[in-house]
Amino acid sequence: MLIKCSSVLPGAFMLVALITTTMLTSSLVLASGGGVSLDKANIKLEDTESIKRGAKLFVQYCLNCHSASLMRYSRIAADMGMTDEEITEQLITTGAKVGDTMTVTMDRADAKEWFGTAVPDLSVISRARGVDWLYTYLRSFYRDESRPWGVNNVVFKDVGMPHVLWELQGLQEPEKTMVVNDDGIEQEIITGFKLVEQGKLDPQEYDAVILDLVTFLAYLGEPSKLQRQALGKWVLLFLAVFLVIIYLLKKEYWKDVH
Amino acid sequence: MSNKLIDRVFIVRDWVDERFPIIEFWDAHLSKYYAPKNLNFWYYFGSLAVLMLVIQFLSGIFLAMNYKPTAGTAFASVEYIMRDVNWGWLIRYMHSTGASFFFVVIYLHMFRALLYGSYRKPRELLWLFGMVIFAVLMAEAFMGYLLPWGQMSFWGAQVIISLFGAIPYIGDELALWIRGDFVVADATLNRFFAFHVIAFPLLLLGLVLFHMISLHSVGSNNPDGIEIKKHKDENGVPLDGIPFHPYYTLKDTVGAVVFLMIFSAVLFYAPEMGGWFLEKDNFVPADPLKTPEHIAPLWYFTPFYAILRAVPDKFLGVMAMGASIAVLFALPWLDRSPVKSIRQRGWIFKGALATFVVSFVGLAYLGTVAATPTATLFSRIFSVLYFAFFLLMPFYSKFDKTKPVPERVTEK
Amino acid sequence: MSSEEIDHGRRRLLLAATTVVGGIGAAYVATPFILSMDPSAKAKAAGAPVDVDVSKLRPGQMMTVEWRGKPVWVLRRTESMLNAMKERESELRDPGSDELSQQPHYAKNLHRSINPEYMIMVGICTHLGCAPTYRPEMAPADLGQDWKGGFFCPCHGSVYDLAGRVFSGVPAPSNLVVPPYHFVTGTHLLVGVDPETA
Repeated sequence: MLIKCSSVLPGAFMLVALITTTMLTSSLVLASGGGVSLDKANIKLEDTESIKRGAKLFVQYCLNCHSASLMRYSRIAADMGMTDEEITEQLITTGAKVGDTMTVTMDRADAKEWFGTAVPDLSVISRARGVDWLYTYLRSFYRDESRPWGVNNVVFKDVGMPHVLWELQGLQEPEKTMVVNDDGIEQEIITGFKLVEQGKLDPQEYDAVILDLVTFLAYLGEPSKLQRQALGKWVLLFLAVFLVIIYLLKKEYWKDVH
Repeated sequence: MSNKLIDRVFIVRDWVDERFPIIEFWDAHLSKYYAPKNLNFWYYFGSLAVLMLVIQFLSGIFLAMNYKPTAGTAFASVEYIMRDVNWGWLIRYMHSTGASFFFVVIYLHMFRALLYGSYRKPRELLWLFGMVIFAVLMAEAFMGYLLPWGQMSFWGAQVIISLFGAIPYIGDELALWIRGDFVVADATLNRFFAFHVIAFPLLLLGLVLFHMISLHSVGSNNPDGIEIKKHKDENGVPLDGIPFHPYYTLKDTVGAVVFLMIFSAVLFYAPEMGGWFLEKDNFVPADPLKTPEHIAPLWYFTPFYAILRAVPDKFLGVMAMGASIAVLFALPWLDRSPVKSIRQRGWIFKGALATFVVSFVGLAYLGTVAATPTATLFSRIFSVLYFAFFLLMPFYSKFDKTKPVPERVTEK
Repeated sequence: MSSEEIDHGRRRLLLAATTVVGGIGAAYVATPFILSMDPSAKAKAAGAPVDVDVSKLRPGQMMTVEWRGKPVWVLRRTESMLNAMKERESELRDPGSDELSQQPHYAKNLHRSINPEYMIMVGICTHLGCAPTYRPEMAPADLGQDWKGGFFCPCHGSVYDLAGRVFSGVPAPSNLVVPPYHFVTGTHLLVGVDPETA
């Protein structure tokens, strides 16, 4: 008589079910925080050109104040198929070497004085905030004369950062509506924006530029992500093959058991 | 050719055996260790726990080669591993995913013991060793979680260590002593590193050894809850037993491969597991001046954390949390049922166990969400049910209607 | 458990298949761990080629630069030093630099350098890794009458001439290593990269 193999299968199903449930509930729990609805950033990590464009934007607009001190220029070169010369020419503005990390010269104390807070390093910001948040944040600055830099942000209220990309986007003002919230209190919420000062780009172009930047930030957060997923296929394939063999062997031996 | 090679292998084996009892060891623990032939799905998790221990040891050793345990360097060194060290990302994800999977495996392993009464006489000590392993594992995981030095590492440690402050008279001094500073700081990180990579792993290794010696001395329990040693053949071999090797080594390997497939799927495609295995806030470096909006421990601690929060008094809350783990130790003496396995138990125990599972999972969930009044109410109900399962067990297990225990195993 | 039912051939086949596939799997698992101990991107970046400006180096003087964490000596030899090197060639273990691993092919010559004037070498004794000292003086008391300038290792007494060639009868087995390098201009050299024409 053969031993029933069915004892393995329910176990596997149970674990899969457990994991899937966890994943589903997790997205629910984590999405419920914040309060502001975020726009979806449809980034494609495979889009090398987008990442390269984003990298240039990053260097041009962000790297003056924000470092990415855990990332090397040479890594970008290797992952994007660029030569050292291309990297030096296109991305390095600080006199850094190709093997150096993306640091800034700005003093931390200065930063604190100028922006009222330490300027965060952006190496893993996409993993801390999520790409949707970044995509929404960079498109949600609006005019607010009460703030030191004349702008405020919907997803990051009273942020210390100026609207660095205003020359591209222009300036927008919020459109507000009154709503009644869950607790029955009337409050004003921002439902949209109206462009009051034209930038160099029209809104669609600006969104595309921000998407490039966010794609780069996503890459920056975990440069090995594509490599990881590519390897995963082979590991699972190998294990599947091994499973067949080891299962047949086990079945063969268990024929002894009556 | 190959026969000659095999002969050589035997010669070497015999040479060693004259000087070190490898054959005796092999027989005692593998080829002549007789396990019941009816072990089912739930019996995979013991060997899977060993597999997890090996994965954590191996990946941990290689992480320690590149990790720097100081407040100024820890966060960056983890990202250094993720980016600059060859294959560092793989090793790090093995370890971080491994931590969570270890607890999945251990919880299922413990649940198996509940199902089939594996903690009952003569396996009380086996259960106690297992419980100590569980306690040490929690300490190991807690200290390991501080090492990435992100916001959740820092504030999680800050909150948990502050719990010791609830102990009357010595509490504050004790918390200070554990931290080695007035808040969680460089000194804390450095000593947690020492505990995490040396002290607790050594302890775990020793305890696992005790757990196994104890298991192999009393023999494995089984889903029927019967003692296979009662019926032996003329050679002293249990009639319902089969040699662990090759039958269970092969069966467990099949289980291990299936398990590794699930493990790899998570490792390669969802290492953050939507924030459950690697929390978003832990990608922000520790900042002693800024608490994240929502602090929750990692999922494997949340049932106990929910019990802590369910009690409106600091000291009593800590006591309740401690008791929720301590009560598990007493399990062998709380169960007064004449039978071991769920298969022979009546509806009272089955109902109690189901209630316990619902409470435990419920508490695990509630420990992750903000403490709203509704959440607190449910936490309290589930906490009461959690303790009721154990504390009322001497009564309901005794009066439960049971079926007769079969003489021999009922299925293969 | 009657043995007639057992298909031994099938068992052996499956066992062999399991062993082979399992072995391949184990090797694949071991690979990332082993490779993780190779120099990281950080170490490689720190080991990048080093620019050396030798315009301020006077004849007879030596400077030390760091390349891949190792001391690299740049010695500017005078005409008389180059001549003195030839006098004791018979006492050297490998005067022709025939041991190819000790220098790039473009430094396999009498003076062991691209430009005879500038000697570039790794300042680590080939015996057990100590750092020899530069002793340019003639016939000092401790090194004897015949000393024409060279390098002396204080650890175990190995001696090298001004081209880093080891003398026979000392513990060190081979000449000092010449790293890859090339001149970008006449006085600017890059240590760590071979000449482009090479």
